Amino acid sequence: MKRLILIIALLMGNLGAARANEPLVADLSKHLVAITTGFAGTDVLLFGAVDGEGEVVVVVRGPAKAEIVRRKDRQAGIWINTGSAQVESAPSFYRVASTKPLAEIAPVAVLDRHQIGLDHLDLSIDTKDSGADGTAYRDALIRLKQKKGLYGDVVQQIGFMSHRLFRTEIHFPANVPVGTYLVEVYLIQGGDVISAQTTPLVISKIGVGADLFDFAHQQAAAYGLIAIMLAAASGWLAAAAFKK
Amino acid sequence: MQIYLPIAEMSVNVFLILGLGGGVGFMSGLFGVGGGFLMTPLLIFLGIPPAVAVGTEAAQIVASSVSGVLAHWRRGNVDLKMGLILTMGGFVGSFGGVELFKWLRGMGQVDLVIALCYVVFLGIVGGMMFIESIQSLVQSHRAGEAGVARKKLHQHTWIHGLPFKIRFRRSKLYISAVLPLSLGLLVGVLAAIMGVGGGFIMVPAMIYLLGMPTSVVVGTSLFQIIFVTANSTFLHATRNFTVDVVLALLLLLGGVIGAQIGAKMSVRMKGEQLRVLLALIVLLVCVKLGIDLITTPTEMFTLGAGGKH
Repeated sequence: MKRLILIIALLMGNLGAARANEPLVADLSKHLVAITTGFAGTDVLLFGAVDGEGEVVVVVRGPAKAEIVRRKDRQAGIWINTGSAQVESAPSFYRVASTKPLAEIAPVAVLDRHQIGLDHLDLSIDTKDSGADGTAYRDALIRLKQKKGLYGDVVQQIGFMSHRLFRTEIHFPANVPVGTYLVEVYLIQGGDVISAQTTPLVISKIGVGADLFDFAHQQAAAYGLIAIMLAAASGWLAAAAFKK
Repeated sequence: MQIYLPIAEMSVNVFLILGLGGGVGFMSGLFGVGGGFLMTPLLIFLGIPPAVAVGTEAAQIVASSVSGVLAHWRRGNVDLKMGLILTMGGFVGSFGGVELFKWLRGMGQVDLVIALCYVVFLGIVGGMMFIESIQSLVQSHRAGEAGVARKKLHQHTWIHGLPFKIRFRRSKLYISAVLPLSLGLLVGVLAAIMGVGGGFIMVPAMIYLLGMPTSVVVGTSLFQIIFVTANSTFLHATRNFTVDVVLALLLLLGGVIGAQIGAKMSVRMKGEQLRVLLALIVLLVCVKLGIDLITTPTEMFTLGAGGKH
C-alpha cells in the first residue's frame, strides 16, 4: 500500500505539480478478470478518495479494435448489405461513470480532449456508402455496441461518501473482449482536469477454455483432426450404447 | 448453468444447448434426417455467430452420421462404390464451399447467402416432399386399388448417354461416374456453406436423378456425409477457426439421447404421416427465413469484425 501511495504521489507530481496537495487515490477490487468456463459476467469495484473539492469521472476503455459496420438496403425485394464503413479504431469496451452529469462538470473541449463520454469519442470513420453519412454509421456503431452491453447506455452514477470517499461498480458482461483495459479516474475542478490516474485491468481467458482457444488458433490442423475424431468416436459410442 | 464457449467467445446456458440438441436429435431420429437444416438456423437464432454455427454443426453431423450409418452398414445398405465416388466429388465441393464461405464472409454477404440457400433448397425439397406425401396419403386412403401399374425401374434419358459408365452392383445401376461425381460436388459446396450434411438434397437426388433403389439411399448418403462433413470440419477449423468443440459436444450429448427417443417413436407412426410432418417443418423453416429476408429489419446496421486473421 505504501508503494502504491508513493507511485500515485509520483504520478500526481507529474500531472499537476502546482497542485500537489490535491491528490486523487483510486484502486480496483481486482486487477485481473479471469474468463473461466463458468464465466457469466462480473462486477469490479472501483473505490478511492479525493482531497478537497471536485467531481470524479471514471472512464473504462477496452483495447481498441478495427470494426466494420454494414448497412442493409432493399434490393430486388430483399434486404442486402449494401454500404459499409471502416472504423479505424474503436474501444472494444467503453463505460463512463461520474459524480455529476458530464455537461455540468466540464466544457466540451475538455471532454473531447480526454474522450470522456460517448459523444466525445474520437472514432475515425471511413464511409463507403452513398446512402448514409458518417454520423449515421457512428450512431449505429455505438448503438450496436450498447446492445451487446459493451458500451454503457448512460453515464453511471458515482456515489460520494462524506465528500471524500467515492465508489462505483463496473459491470463486465459475459461477452466482454479480452485484453488490457485502462481505467481512468479524473478529478475535475472548475471545468479543468486537475488530477488523473490510470489503472490497468487485465481481462483474460484462463483454464481449459483459454487452452482450447490457443490450441485451435495455433495448431488449427491438429485441432480440426481432434474435433473430427472426437465427433466420430462419440457417434460410434452412441450407436454402440443404444444397440440392442 | 452458464458455460463459456471458447471459440464462439460467448456464454450460453448448458441446458438450453442440451435441450436444443435433444429436440433436433428427436426430429432426426423420428424422420431419419440429419437435422443440420434445423440446427444451424436455430444456433444462429440463439446468437451464435453464423460462421461458428456452420463450422460447429459440421462436426456434429460427423458424429450423428457415424452413429446412423452403422445400422445401415450392418444390414448391407451401403453402396460402397457409389459412396466413394460421391465422396470424391464432395471433397472437392467442400474445399470450394469453405473458400467461398471465407470470401463471402470478407464481403459481408455470408449471412445473406446462407439464408438464400436455405430458402431456395428447403423450399424446393419441402414443397416436393409435401406434394408427394399428400398424394400418397390420398392414395392409401382410397385403399384397395391394388396393383398400381408397375413403374419402370427408371426412365432412360440423355443422362444415360454420358461417358465413363460404371456398374454399381448394389444400386443395380449402370451409369456414368460423372453423374454421382457432380452431384457429390454440388452437395459438398452447399453442405459447407449451409452447415448441413446435405442429406435432404442428396437423398431425393439419388432417388430421382440417379435412380438408386430406396433401400440403399439413406445408408449410402450417410456414408458419404461422414467424409464430406469431416472435410468441411477440418477446413472450417483451419481456414476460419470456427469449430467450437465445447458447443459440438454439448449438442452431441443432447442429440444422441433425442435421436434414440425419436427413433423409437417413429416405429409407431406411418411413413406418409411422418413425411407430411417433416415437409411441413422444412417449409416452416423456409418460410421463416424467407420472411426475415423480406420484412424491413428493425436494425439496418450490423457489426462485423474489422480485423482479418
